[in-house]
Amino acid sequence: MSALLEVQGLEVGFPGPRGKPRLALRGVDLTLGRGERLGIVGESGAGKSMLGFAILNLLPPPGLVVGGAIRFDGANLLRLRGRAMRAIRGKRISMIFQDPMATLNPVMTVGAQMVETLAAHERIGARAARKRAIDMLAAVQVPNPDKRFDAYPHQLSGGLRQRAVIAIALLTEPEIVIADEPTTALDVTIQAEIMALLLRLCRERQVGLILITHDLGVVAEVTERLMILYAGRVVEAGPTRALIDRPRHPYSAGLLAALPARANPGEALHQIPGSMPGVGDLPEGCAFRPRCERAYARCYIEVPDLGPDETDPVRNHACYLPLKDGP
Amino acid sequence: MIARAELRRRFVRDPSALVAGTILLALVAMALAAPLIAPQNPYDPLQLDIMDSEMPPAWLPGGEERFLLGTDAQGRGVLSTIMYGTGISLLIGIGAVAVQCVLGVSIGLIAGYRGGWVDSLLMRVADIQLSLSTLMLAIIALAVVSATFGAETYGQIAIPMLIIVIGIAEWPRYARTVRASVLAERKKDYVDAARTIGLSSGTIMRRHILPNTMTPVLVISTIQVAEAIMTEAALSFLGLGMPVDQPSLGALIRSGFEFIFSGAWWITLFPALVLIALILSINLLGDFLRDALNPRLRSRT
Repeated sequence: MSALLEVQGLEVGFPGPRGKPRLALRGVDLTLGRGERLGIVGESGAGKSMLGFAILNLLPPPGLVVGGAIRFDGANLLRLRGRAMRAIRGKRISMIFQDPMATLNPVMTVGAQMVETLAAHERIGARAARKRAIDMLAAVQVPNPDKRFDAYPHQLSGGLRQRAVIAIALLTEPEIVIADEPTTALDVTIQAEIMALLLRLCRERQVGLILITHDLGVVAEVTERLMILYAGRVVEAGPTRALIDRPRHPYSAGLLAALPARANPGEALHQIPGSMPGVGDLPEGCAFRPRCERAYARCYIEVPDLGPDETDPVRNHACYLPLKDGP
Repeated sequence: MIARAELRRRFVRDPSALVAGTILLALVAMALAAPLIAPQNPYDPLQLDIMDSEMPPAWLPGGEERFLLGTDAQGRGVLSTIMYGTGISLLIGIGAVAVQCVLGVSIGLIAGYRGGWVDSLLMRVADIQLSLSTLMLAIIALAVVSATFGAETYGQIAIPMLIIVIGIAEWPRYARTVRASVLAERKKDYVDAARTIGLSSGTIMRRHILPNTMTPVLVISTIQVAEAIMTEAALSFLGLGMPVDQPSLGALIRSGFEFIFSGAWWITLFPALVLIALILSINLLGDFLRDALNPRLRSRT
């Protein structure tokens, strides 16, 4: 089966001094099959959101794709312009953002925004559009959907708003949903509900999901595969379960060790010393090297490529001295 | 945006807004109903009698019941001309603002949304437009038009001409205001979200960004209407606005001004008072709207 979405060697840059772009993403590969769920994890500034925007060809200016290819169902998305691209955006690939208050237009009713989405992609009558929107609201478990259809965003609670946003994203029966930190702005109690809902809907409707987050806990429950991004590069990728149980890259291991759930009560939380370098001041060699306990001479000189793991070839990591399976 | 009910509550509690609103409403009603309630049609030469000219108001010696506020040099009742004139002033003021609004809002929207060289170009054009005084521009344009067409034809096209001239001269205010709001709105997530839905830029501008920039537009519109009425009055006072036979408030003030030293003060004074009341009430309402719609000032009230 060929992948539905295939990103190869994607480089995203911002104009830097002397015309040399500063790369926010440096050679990122990604594949996503139909109905597959992929998690992308990294700190703020690692380039996770850039990846999402780049796929939809919507990088915020002055950002631009410098190299690589993004193939979706045979077509190179980077070549598509105007109408052809808009026919994919929101129709076949849709996006969910972090803050549902900010993503819904404050002066339009939820219903109007849903109908608008439908009307942008299909010839559909007002009544049929209304019915589909209300059905979708019901599917995301919004109580009294026909009443909420006419509500303005500020009349809904945060959880309901995010449900409405998910409803808009799934309304056109997309093949892929890119969810950029979909639960970060919500209450902890609601986060789990929304995640469970998203997971169920994606499963039922065979929708591929790219879940961008900094929360490994969320990713572990929802996704099948995982990619860890550090300073614009993939440092480790592989099946979610294996990666979380037995991380190879020291950075992945550090992230996992920092999870509060893994700490013993009363003990200080583990943290990775230092902070991630910005796009402008990457160190020589491996970008993680200054924070890595295992770094040796080679890490100072060469940048490790992402390659298959020796013991488990479905997994990939970019490290010269990966961690081994524990005893 | 605050809810309509909330706006109404604030309005009722604000005495200056309430008084201004009442006066404005009365003036607009008077202007609209002028053909029905005016004691005389000042545009109809058959109803005018030169023997009635320069009569003082009814309560002064020599005044007559028929002309409550006296008459002007052509024997037109000042009350009747004010009723008709207010309508013309309002029509020109609102019409000019509509032209400014359509021009300015579309230019501001495009400049703010597109950014880059489009923005620079449009905003420099706005700067050039602003550096030319409205009055100077209007004087030149109207002088050219009235010289080209002659006084007779000019009288017929005076209203649309004034609307267009004042409209074109003042669009940059809208453009700047709208552009500033668009720049703020454009960065918000809902615009990104609208793009990820697959909407075209035109749709995003019209349906998503434009409604979110309407609050400041509403506020400056009130002030702009007042300004346009004043500009028209100033032009008429200089003899470049409305012709004598279909006078606006400004034209009335001018026509009476010639007689003020011969003792006929009423011809100028009453239209001037109405003009002041009109401008003041519009400006007070504008202030009220600005305060009521400004979230930062809201907590204080």
